[in-house]
Amino acid sequence: MLENRKTARCSMALTFLGVGSLMLLFCNIIFGSISIPAREFGSFLAGGRMDETYRRIIMEIRFPRAAAAFWLGGALALSGYLLQTFFRNPIAGPFVLGISSGSKLAVALVMIFFLGKSIRVSSGALIAAAFAGALLSMGVVLLMSKKVDSMALLVISGVMIGYICSAITDFIVTFADDADIVNLHSWSQGSFSGMNWDHVAAMAAVLSVSVLIIFCLAKPISAYELGQSYAENMGVNTVKLQILLVILSSILSACVVAFAGPISFVGIAVPHLVKRLADTSRPLWMIPASFLGGSMFCLGCDLIARISFAPVELGISTVTAVFGAPVVLWIMAGRRMGT
Amino acid sequence: MKNYYFQAEHLWAGYNRKPIVRELEFRLPKGEILSLIGPNGAGKSTVLKSIAGQLGLIEGVVYLGEDSLSELGRKQLAKRMSVLFTEKPKGEMMTCRDMVATGRYPYTGRFGVLSPKDMCIVDEALEMVHIAGMAELDFNKASDGQKQRVMLARAMCQEPEIVILDEPTSYLDVKHKLEFLSVLQDMKEKKGLTVIMSLHELELAKRISDKVLCLKDGYAGKYGTPEEIFSHGYIEELFDIREGSFDQESGSVELRRPKGRADLFVIAGGGQGRDIYYRLQREGRPFATGILYDNDLDYPAARSLAAQVIGTKAFETVEEGTICRARQIMDACGQVICCRENIGSLDLANRELMEYAREKGMYVKGYYGSGNYVRCGKEPSCGWAVQDYEPGRVSDGSL
Repeated sequence: MLENRKTARCSMALTFLGVGSLMLLFCNIIFGSISIPAREFGSFLAGGRMDETYRRIIMEIRFPRAAAAFWLGGALALSGYLLQTFFRNPIAGPFVLGISSGSKLAVALVMIFFLGKSIRVSSGALIAAAFAGALLSMGVVLLMSKKVDSMALLVISGVMIGYICSAITDFIVTFADDADIVNLHSWSQGSFSGMNWDHVAAMAAVLSVSVLIIFCLAKPISAYELGQSYAENMGVNTVKLQILLVILSSILSACVVAFAGPISFVGIAVPHLVKRLADTSRPLWMIPASFLGGSMFCLGCDLIARISFAPVELGISTVTAVFGAPVVLWIMAGRRMGT
Repeated sequence: MKNYYFQAEHLWAGYNRKPIVRELEFRLPKGEILSLIGPNGAGKSTVLKSIAGQLGLIEGVVYLGEDSLSELGRKQLAKRMSVLFTEKPKGEMMTCRDMVATGRYPYTGRFGVLSPKDMCIVDEALEMVHIAGMAELDFNKASDGQKQRVMLARAMCQEPEIVILDEPTSYLDVKHKLEFLSVLQDMKEKKGLTVIMSLHELELAKRISDKVLCLKDGYAGKYGTPEEIFSHGYIEELFDIREGSFDQESGSVELRRPKGRADLFVIAGGGQGRDIYYRLQREGRPFATGILYDNDLDYPAARSLAAQVIGTKAFETVEEGTICRARQIMDACGQVICCRENIGSLDLANRELMEYAREKGMYVKGYYGSGNYVRCGKEPSCGWAVQDYEPGRVSDGSL
């Protein structure tokens, strides 16, 4: 039966993404400027002992970093998927719509304010600040979306909002203390470096709840994809759903910005890639697949960022752009031809 | 009260509390088809959106059975009413079956997984609109007509008591228009489905509707059976038709009458004159025609297109005065053509006209317009030898 074949395809895609993420997670842990022999890591996993230096590299640097890439990559892709659904715009994403930049601005302000008073900023405060910034940008984008009805114009206004926010951020950073700049600079370019287990625990807590809620919204989202009037007729409270979509996608991208700074193209590209991979647009499959796809994508990109020119580390956005931007071009070319 | 399934009372509808449609009131028994007709911009879509609960009512109440629309929960309403609007969903990477299956939404569980029973209903719906063969086709690759039928199947999948359709036949070709409306009639007969739709095709509205509601400039016009609406020239008034005319009996339209004094007399009747009338209209040539019984197929077109029509009561002997007047008009025209294949033995009046035209040398066998020569039917079989058409005398339409 055809229905079964489709389900099989989707399950296979999901399995591929899951296994791929795990393998890349593993690669991220053992590869780096110091490679850790796989056998040694294997025995460590089995409960055996390991060289203390290796243990510290893994447990204090690489594993939290890889875990962060897993969670935040998934969050980015899922946020992109929700925004694409919400705006019915295939090239929407937290970065192009300026939502990441809004978060970045808010986080920079909070960081400078607290660091100036020598107070350590908690993960929760960072997420909250990023969320506020995200909502602010989102509000402006929403206002614009009422005025412009073309997809391209919406994206352009998003990009403009992004530029404005980035300009203000740069302005603030320029006048910040030297000590802050070092911190802020690498963060404002986007990077998974400097993650610790506290960060991972905080993002895992916020993201797992958000992702679970989104998964439970799969059914109304599938109705929403048919258009507002049909969704209404199917008994969906579209206003409520829209508010939820805005809030949830903002939380997801806020979380990413709070810990890793703005990361481009994952949100746009990954949902399209997994859609092709699983050959479906059903939210029930797309939600987990987008998340795992984003994880896999970011783990892969972070691996490349770390090892390709080691010991020099590339910015994560540099790598995601190299792989993500062609996908965006491909999407637009495809639409032109009427697919 | 109890006899009606659908009731709209004192309805004001519009966007942002600005009324577009005012003071609408209509009732519909279960299992009837109501068509909304009216000029573009009269507010048909607004009314449909409002009674589908998608646009807040500014004032008034809509009842479905015993329940008012505003008191029904979204989910209850979804099980009772389905819609088919003009905008089509994108349906990215969805097959036609997937699209139809979305109609089961109100009945599926939290994650929208279809049960075997749902699948059965989807299959039935596909069968019903004759698209079972293309169930696995990509929805976006389907033609407009196919999409429309998929959307109808989707609406039926929802197992509604009432369905609201906005211009459902607008993009369909004639075959699919008829199939589409047949499905609605089937559903009405088998399941007692109540239908409210807007239609632009008046000839279809006249045929399929149990009730017709006319809208104009945001106000309700007449409401009643098609027989009541399509009478007394009301449609021409409703649509403010000035160029051309609408034939309320057949539901068809005629273009405007050629201007000027008639210089050609067409002996017609038995439905054989219409094609010539249309041709003369296209060439902008005024003409007179007769003698037509008022139940003749040619009669409505003649009344719309001819400068002068000599008509007479059906099943009555033609009065001498009528024939006399026809002769006078013939004389004034100077040229006569005949579209009749035969002039039967009871149609003495037209035989007499033919005779007269022949004697006066006004009769020509064909019509030579701005293009080609048209033989008007066969030789009328009334036993005369008729002069052949002389191209020298008749050219460039200046007979």
